[in-house]
Amino acid sequence: MKANSKKSRVSKSRLVEWFQAYTFLAPALLISLVFFVVSILFSLYLSFNNVNLYASTYSFTGIENYARMFTDGRAAIALKNTATFSAVVVPAQTIAALMVAFVLASDKLKGRKMFRLIYFLPTLTSSSALTLIFMFIFNVYGPVNELLLNVGLLSEPINFLQNPEYSLKVIMVMNVWSTVPMFMTIYLASLVDLPKSLYEAAEIDGASSWEKLLYITVPYLRPITTYVVLMGIIGTFQMFDQAYIFSNGSGGPANSTLTVALMIYQYAFGQMNSMGYASALAIMLALIIFVVSLVAEKVNNRNS
Amino acid sequence: MKKNKLPIIHIIMYTVLIIYAFFTLYPFLWAVAASFKPFREIVGGDLSLLPNEFTTANYEYIFGRSSLFSRWFLNSVIVSVVGTTINIFLNTMAGYALARLNFPGKYRIYYGFLALIMVPAQVLLIPNYLILRNLGMLDSFTALILPAAINLGNIFMMRQFFMNFPVDVEEAAAIDGLGRFQTFFRIVMPLAKPSISTQAIFVFMGFWNEFMKPMLYLSSPQKFTLTLGLQTFQGQDGGVRWDYTMAASVITIIPIVILYIIFNKYFLQGVRMDGEK
Repeated sequence: MKANSKKSRVSKSRLVEWFQAYTFLAPALLISLVFFVVSILFSLYLSFNNVNLYASTYSFTGIENYARMFTDGRAAIALKNTATFSAVVVPAQTIAALMVAFVLASDKLKGRKMFRLIYFLPTLTSSSALTLIFMFIFNVYGPVNELLLNVGLLSEPINFLQNPEYSLKVIMVMNVWSTVPMFMTIYLASLVDLPKSLYEAAEIDGASSWEKLLYITVPYLRPITTYVVLMGIIGTFQMFDQAYIFSNGSGGPANSTLTVALMIYQYAFGQMNSMGYASALAIMLALIIFVVSLVAEKVNNRNS
Repeated sequence: MKKNKLPIIHIIMYTVLIIYAFFTLYPFLWAVAASFKPFREIVGGDLSLLPNEFTTANYEYIFGRSSLFSRWFLNSVIVSVVGTTINIFLNTMAGYALARLNFPGKYRIYYGFLALIMVPAQVLLIPNYLILRNLGMLDSFTALILPAAINLGNIFMMRQFFMNFPVDVEEAAAIDGLGRFQTFFRIVMPLAKPSISTQAIFVFMGFWNEFMKPMLYLSSPQKFTLTLGLQTFQGQDGGVRWDYTMAASVITIIPIVILYIIFNKYFLQGVRMDGEK
């Protein structure tokens, strides 16, 4: 009898616990169900349909949307731009972040807090404001042109914004510049845990700073590097804001800033009104990001 | 030998750091400088960092009656504050449930959330737009806040935090006769303040700096957020009004920089937690 009443009390408190758990999780579950799970399924469904947004009609077209990518010249350009962008930006931001973190982590350094505050500024700034600031400093009458002219590196100003040869490069510079601080801080956070004895032992063997960086710091940070590279790949393959603002949504000049994410946006919400195709492109982008990340992780781990 | 070597390393070290600091500050210095210059001086080609003719007219214009800028600023504040507040409660509650409570389906939900973190935004963009359209929420702040009312990464972070949270706190509260819900809101949440501050800063920054969603969802200029409004300062010839644009850009950056200076340590904590995953 006694045991029985105790048992029922336990199960009652367990029910209260279940109730609390599901009350606490309900909003998160509902939102992730509607805006993630249902959305993913919806996206898959759309990708096999021809969608007319204005008439709200869907017609099943099988794999037509997926087949269309391979004959779409713009898709090829966008993929090439995005891959080039990623191939330049990811190594540049990773190496720069690691080097600056290495110097900043030196315990002889004074004024570390001030350097950190300055370095973190680009991370705090919205891509919307940053892109405008970069467009300003790179415009024909802007300070960068003026600087290069005064130093004698240029005899005539370069129209960085409207010349297809330079526009993507300007976005690359801007992207590296604005992402290094975050990755640097991630490196810095783990460098704090690097045992000092490793450096001391190397110093006794007469290792230079460069050798310490190469043979101690870099191998020690390998897991963090994997994380940084993966974040870099995910970020660069989804680059949208900067290309959109830079080209006013066109991907120009001459498709030079057309990224995959920008193209998806154009097909879905521009004049083309082809949401089905845009959905197929988005799913393909997700697959590409997944595969590239997997390969990068394998390569980085094998190099050790 | 060693005495000779150290200063050289020092010089190299500081040179690298100062050059990098220069590269970081250069665009901001020009933005600030341009915001105090008249337009003709900016496009005139004569470029010195300090204005020849110092003026606050650009700031007076963007905050003036003919401009919606103050409205956009207020909109950004509303969306960011409301969005962040909701996020704090929902993420912390979900993280707490996943870490501390036992219930059927717990691990299925946890791994489900982890899997969803990896889905790129582009896949969700089109269906989210259509769902919000069907719910009649386009051109409202709800469209910006509702789908972003939770953050899966932060739920994960809060779960990690509560995994290491001492049990005796909850037990003591139970002995004092506090119910489970009271314990959470009166005892547990205040104790989780450092972690909550960290997520709050990053969530706030996310709302404040978001560009794609406002552009896609908002159509009436009175409802624009700052990031969207910034893009609208065009001259009659279609060229960008750099004077207004730079003044407006400077204003959008200031609140985040102030937050950064106040909550500096929480920024670093957030990064550490990300980095150690």
